[in-house]
Amino acid sequence: MSANTAVAEKYRNNFLKEIEEQVEMGDWVKMCMQCGVCSGSCPTNFQSAWEHPPQELFMMIRAGKREEVLTSSSMWNCTSCYNCIVRCPRKLPITHIMHGIAEYAHRLGMAPKMQPTRFFSGLFWKNCTHTGRVNELKLSMGLYFKDGFVQGIKNGMAMQSVALGLVKAKRLNVMELFGGHKCKDQKGVHAMLKKAYEIERSRKTAKMAG
Amino acid sequence: MADIKVAAYICKGCGLGERLDTDALVKTAQKDGKVPLAKSHEFLCNADGVAMIKNDIANEGVTHIMIGACSRRAKTEAFHFPEHAVARANLREGVVWIRPDTEEARETTQEMAEDYIRMGCAEVKAMTAPAGNLNTGGSKTLLVVGGGVTGMTTAIEASKTGYPVVLVEKSGALGGWAGKLYKRTPVHEPYKSPADTGVADLVSQVQADSNIKVYLNATIAKTDGAPGRFVVDVATESGATHTEDIGAIVQATGFTLYDMNKLPELGGGKSPNVVDQAGLEALAAAAAEGDGVIRRPSDGQPVKSVVFVQCAGQRDTTGQHLSYCSGFCCNASIKQAMYFKDTNPAVDTTIIYTDLRTPGNGEDFYRSAQEKGVIFTKGKVAEVLPTGNTSTVKFNDLILGDTDAAMVDVDLVVLATGQVANSGINIDALAATAEEEGAVEVKPISILNLTYRQGKDVPQLKQGFTDSHFICFPYETRRTGIYTAGPVRRPMDIAQAREDATGAALKAIQALENAELGRAAHPRSGDLSFPKVRLEGCTQCKRCTVECPFGAIDEDEKRFPVFNESRCRRCGTCMGACPVRVISFENYSVNTVGAQIKAVDIPDEFSEKPRILILACENDAYPALDMAGMNRIEYSAYVRTIPVRCLGSVNTIWITDALNAGYDGVMLMGCKSGDEYQCHFVKGSELGRTRLSKIDDTLKTLNLESERVRDLEVAITDIERLPEMINKYAAELVAVGPSPFKGF
Repeated sequence: MSANTAVAEKYRNNFLKEIEEQVEMGDWVKMCMQCGVCSGSCPTNFQSAWEHPPQELFMMIRAGKREEVLTSSSMWNCTSCYNCIVRCPRKLPITHIMHGIAEYAHRLGMAPKMQPTRFFSGLFWKNCTHTGRVNELKLSMGLYFKDGFVQGIKNGMAMQSVALGLVKAKRLNVMELFGGHKCKDQKGVHAMLKKAYEIERSRKTAKMAG
Repeated sequence: MADIKVAAYICKGCGLGERLDTDALVKTAQKDGKVPLAKSHEFLCNADGVAMIKNDIANEGVTHIMIGACSRRAKTEAFHFPEHAVARANLREGVVWIRPDTEEARETTQEMAEDYIRMGCAEVKAMTAPAGNLNTGGSKTLLVVGGGVTGMTTAIEASKTGYPVVLVEKSGALGGWAGKLYKRTPVHEPYKSPADTGVADLVSQVQADSNIKVYLNATIAKTDGAPGRFVVDVATESGATHTEDIGAIVQATGFTLYDMNKLPELGGGKSPNVVDQAGLEALAAAAAEGDGVIRRPSDGQPVKSVVFVQCAGQRDTTGQHLSYCSGFCCNASIKQAMYFKDTNPAVDTTIIYTDLRTPGNGEDFYRSAQEKGVIFTKGKVAEVLPTGNTSTVKFNDLILGDTDAAMVDVDLVVLATGQVANSGINIDALAATAEEEGAVEVKPISILNLTYRQGKDVPQLKQGFTDSHFICFPYETRRTGIYTAGPVRRPMDIAQAREDATGAALKAIQALENAELGRAAHPRSGDLSFPKVRLEGCTQCKRCTVECPFGAIDEDEKRFPVFNESRCRRCGTCMGACPVRVISFENYSVNTVGAQIKAVDIPDEFSEKPRILILACENDAYPALDMAGMNRIEYSAYVRTIPVRCLGSVNTIWITDALNAGYDGVMLMGCKSGDEYQCHFVKGSELGRTRLSKIDDTLKTLNLESERVRDLEVAITDIERLPEMINKYAAELVAVGPSPFKGF
């Protein structure tokens, strides 16, 4: 039984309770009064990036629309500008709840795989934990080739002049593609992260087992 | 009238002396006003000026005083001569303050002032000092109809103030609706949980109070008389009738919940598991007697899920149900959801609302419910389908845009139906049914059983709630000395009802005290004048008895009008209505205004000086004009303004007289009428307008243009608009040309 079906079974139709217990700051969801100030304040909403604005997500949670919420790309669009938190008359930590829901969806494996924010987050994490330093060249190239090889070449060509400019200004070292610079105690970093993973995993497993 | 002596006093203060030729004004008073004594004074409202007037009263035998100074609304304490007839010529706000201080304006400004002096002298001669109504009663007892929270609070508050109370309750116990509640919405910090209703405490206070006489299982069989001398027959269950002498009445007859059987689409009446809020209170009270678990009525199983349907049969746009919001039900549903959550947090409680309205500190209460896990869903319930022991609630989810949202296996559905006022017979609807038979549904049972000519109960405005001047006089009904409080007046909750009750108790006490002194209630508070009728001239046309907005006039066996002075508010609507002009007040009559109209000097048609008569309501229009003066907003020097008590008191003879005398136009300024009325006498401006709408016929017979009479709806805030309208009208009249009646 996957993690997802296990939790779904556990909470049956009480999705609100699931969010309250599993999602960081999830216990705030019930306090939303549907005024919509968060949606109106969201800068990304001007590009209609949000399938469901925050207050709608909260209502969907209350209405038990589990699948739709967890597979939604909406909370991944949050840019952490904190406008909604500042303006929420009910003092809901909306930004944190958005990240909380996104993290939970990711944990259950339900988050949209190729959602750019999610993809980039994964890429960034892998990139910086690998050597203990961020390799900018590999990071941007990874992002270029997100949607396949052809698209990657196209993206690279489009950014060609910028890249050459950076090379000329000695802001970009092509040699970074091969290995690149590392932090001094790479093993130590890995050991530290491993421990952190362990702690978090045990905490979350306990939580999910309830 | 034989031995009157008129004196005219002209003030030179406030710039009047510099702007006007006061010596000429004194001469005008002597020559045109024909007053034997005319004086001017540097500063009339100071102690010396007032002493001069008092000296003349004492030593010169002055009986009638004409003061040419500021507006009649100013310096009322200085110029207070209650024993004498007083007229005021408004030279300050009405003349110098609205005219430019220029050489070319001087002549017209002086003419304006002289006319006001002539008008004041003419008016005061037609007046007598009001002696006060002698037909009074001195009962200090308050009758409270209804023994709910409102009624009991009224009784307790009145008793504490020192007035005996008779409380009549239809049922066998005090408490009313609140008495049936398990708990109430909290009114104290921290507003988090349902609170005790406090009804038991109120009941014991009433019972312990020897000043409060309670009739249970009793109704009002008859209410006769007027404020200060009501005679009320209280019919008790045994069939016995007790007669009580009453000073004033507070009607606190409350409400009935809208019948949920009228909402079959919401499952009303279809299943015992669909209840209204009262039904749930009963279930909660029953549960509290037992193990605290609220059970499903159909099979006694504990309720595991409950849905509250807000606005059930309320805020209805189809015209089938209540169109208004009752204001209390959102908080009530939140409270009821807590009944479940406080005993068992596992019970699913959902409140489906379109707009959650939680007045007072309800916002904290709402938040507390959210913290307790009550689910709030914004949606409109379309259908409740009871099947077996559960129901399906179908609704349109307004946030998610899901028109087919549904909640299934709901154990209990609570419909938040609204408040319907227990206001007795709709006397206006009765009149309507007489015309078009059986069209209007009439509540059969009268509450007060008034013996008034206009009907057995107090008039209603909209939706069956009793009429009251919403902005200025919320407790006043259209029956003087009878006050309504609580949900019979407008939908409200317990906290608002208690506030209402206290207010109404104080207003009722004020009314009975005023009634004993023969004085008017608001808005002419303290007025001692009252309508007098010359019955030998009466044609029994019944216009006064029909039109009186306050039901003050009855009819005797011979169908002559019988005035109940204590019920009268002194608006003068009867006087305006009377076609034979036999109704008058001592200080306000067809003559006092008519004499002013005739006193104005009308220049001939070649002078290019038109004359416009303004009849301005003294409650809103006249103060607005005064304020325009205070703000030095200029307007035409050709207007002559006469304040009237109400547009309803305007007798058409005044307009005919004015046009015959050669006025070029007449402007009528009255308050807004209709459902959203602002008239201080409720119906006065409406009745006045209806009457004046027929003025076109008069104009036709005089062969005059319809532009010569202008009706203007005025609010007290029209300080800038009013001068504009006056100037515009003056310009229009120039286009129409001078009146052909000049010089006759």
